[in-house]
Amino acid sequence: MMDEGIELSLTIAQIIQRLRGSHLHSQIERQAKECLHQPDVKLESLKEDVRSFLKTSGWERKLQNAVYRELHIQLPPRHPPAPPEHLKEPLAYMRKAQASWEKRVLKSLNSMSTELGVPLAHMRPAAEQKELTNKWNEMGTDEPDLSRFRPVYAPKDFLEVLIGLRNPNHDSSEDISARSHWGLIQVPLNVRDIPHLREAYSELNLTSGQMGIDDHALIHPAVLCTHSLFCLHLSCVVVMEEDSAAAQQYSRQGCPTGLRADLWALILNATNQPQDVMHYEQLKAGVIQHNLLVDNLIYKDVKLTASNDDYYFVFEDFLYQVLLCFSRDTAVLEHFKYNSATPPKSYIQGEIISVIPFHGFSMYVAPLCFLYNEPSKLYNVFREMYIRYFFRLHSISSHPSGILSLCLQFERLLQTHLPQLFYHLRQIGVQPLRLAFKWMVRAFSGYLSTDQLLLLWDRILGYDSLEVVAVLAAAVFAFRAENLMEVTSLASAEAVLADLSTLKVMPLIQVFLFATAM
Amino acid sequence: MAVITSCCVWQTGHSLQTSHLFFQTMTPDDTKPVNFTVKAPVYLQIGDTKADTAHSGVCVVDVNLPFGKPVNIEEVTFKNYYTAYVTVRLLRRNPEQEAPAKWCTALRDLPLMDNPHTERGSQDYYTIHRTQMQVEPDHVVCVRLILRQPSLAWLTFSLEDIKIFPHTEPDPEKEVSDWLSDLTLIDQHPDLEGLPDPQTVSSSIQQMWALTEVMQTNQTTASIGRFDVSETHSQPHLSCNECVHDGGDVMKFGR
Repeated sequence: MMDEGIELSLTIAQIIQRLRGSHLHSQIERQAKECLHQPDVKLESLKEDVRSFLKTSGWERKLQNAVYRELHIQLPPRHPPAPPEHLKEPLAYMRKAQASWEKRVLKSLNSMSTELGVPLAHMRPAAEQKELTNKWNEMGTDEPDLSRFRPVYAPKDFLEVLIGLRNPNHDSSEDISARSHWGLIQVPLNVRDIPHLREAYSELNLTSGQMGIDDHALIHPAVLCTHSLFCLHLSCVVVMEEDSAAAQQYSRQGCPTGLRADLWALILNATNQPQDVMHYEQLKAGVIQHNLLVDNLIYKDVKLTASNDDYYFVFEDFLYQVLLCFSRDTAVLEHFKYNSATPPKSYIQGEIISVIPFHGFSMYVAPLCFLYNEPSKLYNVFREMYIRYFFRLHSISSHPSGILSLCLQFERLLQTHLPQLFYHLRQIGVQPLRLAFKWMVRAFSGYLSTDQLLLLWDRILGYDSLEVVAVLAAAVFAFRAENLMEVTSLASAEAVLADLSTLKVMPLIQVFLFATAM
Repeated sequence: MAVITSCCVWQTGHSLQTSHLFFQTMTPDDTKPVNFTVKAPVYLQIGDTKADTAHSGVCVVDVNLPFGKPVNIEEVTFKNYYTAYVTVRLLRRNPEQEAPAKWCTALRDLPLMDNPHTERGSQDYYTIHRTQMQVEPDHVVCVRLILRQPSLAWLTFSLEDIKIFPHTEPDPEKEVSDWLSDLTLIDQHPDLEGLPDPQTVSSSIQQMWALTEVMQTNQTTASIGRFDVSETHSQPHLSCNECVHDGGDVMKFGR
C-alpha cells in the first residue's frame, strides 16, 4: 500500500534507467543536437523549442512508445524493494516448482544427449557451414534422420506437473469447497468470473462492432461500408501516427487484415531497425557455426507439427530460420531478469541456449508467417510475442496470464456456468481440462482456422492478457454442450471436440461472456 | 497508469552540465530499522479445553520497542504470510505529560489479500507509511499488530520480517527539477556597462552560425559583395527588413 507519488517516482526512475544508453536515447540526443541548427530554435526558449521540435518530428512519439513498452514489461516497484525473485514470482512454492521443472527438462535433454551419443553442441565442419549458408532459405528440403530424437516433453507431461502442484499452507483436510475437488487444479489462484470479465472486456459487448463479424459480406453494403470504412480509416490513422497505445486499444475490436501486421508491430514496438537486422544476422551466423542438439528437436517439431498442417506447411523454411536463431538468442534471457519465471535454459560449451522447445513449440511462430515475410521482422515480432505472452503458457507461475491461472479459470467457468456438463463428464471419467489443455497451451494455434486464430490473437494483444484463451476454451464447451451431454466415453468426447476449424471465435466469446444467464 | 510524455536525459551542445531528473526520496536507504523484540504471536482460540479449541482466525503480535526510548515511526514494513487483514494499534506515551501511556488505533483492517481464500497478496511485501496512519505515530512504546485470516483454506498465517523505521527530519530536499531549468538559471547579470546584452548577442551569433552552415551546404561562385554596417543597427546583423535578399542562396546586403 504505497503512496502513489512515491510509486510513480520509482517507476519513472526505473524506466529512465532502462532507456538510458539505449539506441533510442542516442538517436534522440543526436536529433536534439541537430535541431539546434534550425533557425526557429532560440536560446531564450531552448527548452520549449527543442521539445516542440521533437514532438513534430515524431521522436516524442517514438519515446512514448518505448516508455509504453517498458511499462508493459515493468513490474510495480516495491518499497522497500522486494528481492528480484519475489518480483518475478511472489509465491515461494511456485518458484520451487518452476525450478524443479526446469531441472527436470534439462536433465531430460542431457540424458538424451548421452543416450544418443550426440553432443549438446559442436562446431560444424567448414564444408557443412558452407552448405548450410547456401541452403539457408530452403532448409525444409533437408530430410535428416530424426527418428532417434524425441521431444523433450509434451504438453500432457506439463499438465501432470500442474495437477500435482500443492500449496504447503493449504488446508485440504476438510471438504471446504466441493468445487476444488471437482477439477484438476488444486491451487487457489485469483481468477475472474463472468461479471468481472464483462467489465474488463466491455469492448466485446454484443452491441459493439467487431472486425471479422460485422464486416462480413452478408451485411447490407451501405451499413457495411460506413462501419468498415470508419474502422479502416481509424486504423490507418493509428498506424500513421505510430501510436502504440492507440494501436493496442484499437486491436480490442479486431484488426483489419491489411493493417494487422503494422498494428501488431506497433503494439509490440517491434521495429526493424538496422541494429535489429544486425542482431538477427549475428544469430544466423551462430546457427551456421554451431550445431546444437536442440536444433534437431526443432527440426523434428517443425516436421511433426507445422509441416503436417494444411495452413502452415508452406512456411516450413521460415520456421527453421526463426526457431534456430531463437534458441540461441541470449537477449531473450535478459528480459527474464525483470519478469517472471525463467524458461528452461542451459549452458552449452559456454553458450547459453535460451529456450528448450517442446512438442508443438513451432506453432507459436507459424501463424505469424501470414503477416510477415521478412525473416528479421518476423523474428522480432515473434520474440516480442514470446517474451510477453507465450512463455507464460509453459512456465509455472501465479501470474493471471500464466497457464495455471488459465487452467483454473477454465475449470471454474465451466463449473459455475455449465455445472451439469461438468458433472456429466466427470461421471464418465473425463476431466474437461484434459481435453482443453492442448488448445490453451498453444493459444489455439493449429486448432482454429488461421483467420479466426489471428482474430483471437488480436484480443490477446489488445487486452495484454491471455485470459481470452481460457474464455474461448470454456465457450467452445458451451457451444458443443448438447453433443457432449450425450457422449458416454472419453473417446467420443474427444471426437466431439476434435475439429475446431469451422468455429467463429468472436461470436462464441461474445455469447459466452454477455449472453450467459447469471 | 500514467503515461510519461517526455523524459529525456541528454547533454546540450553548449556543454552545460548534464542534468538528471531528481526525485524526492522519502526514506533514504541507509535508515536503519529500530531494534526491538517481538513476542511470540498469540493465536486466539475459541473454546475451553485444549481438545475443543477451534482457530478463531485472529492472531496478535506485540512489538515492544526499546524501553525508555519511544520512537517516532516513519514506516512499518513486513512480509505477509497468508494474513488477510491487519490492524495496527500503538501505545503512545507523551513525554511532556505525566499521563499514562494510551493505546490508539493507527490503522484498522488493512486488507493484505484481495480475497482471503485466494493467493493474491498472500506472500507480498508491504509498507505502512506514517501518512497512511490515522494518528501521528510519535512517542510510540509498543506496536500491536492484530492479524485476521477468516478463511479456513490455510493452515496458518502470520507476518514475517517485521521492521520499524524511525522518522528522521528530512534534509532540505532537492526538488523535482526539470533538467532544463538549470540551463536558464542565470538570474544575476554580471555588470555589463557599455557592452551589448548577452542574450541578443548569442541569438545573433546563433543565426550567423546557422547561416554559415547554410552557406557551406550551398556553395556558389557568385560574389557575396561587401556588406556595410548600417547606421540604424548597433551591431552586425544578418537579416532584417532593411536588407535586400536575393531570391537565391546568396544574400546581398544593401548599402
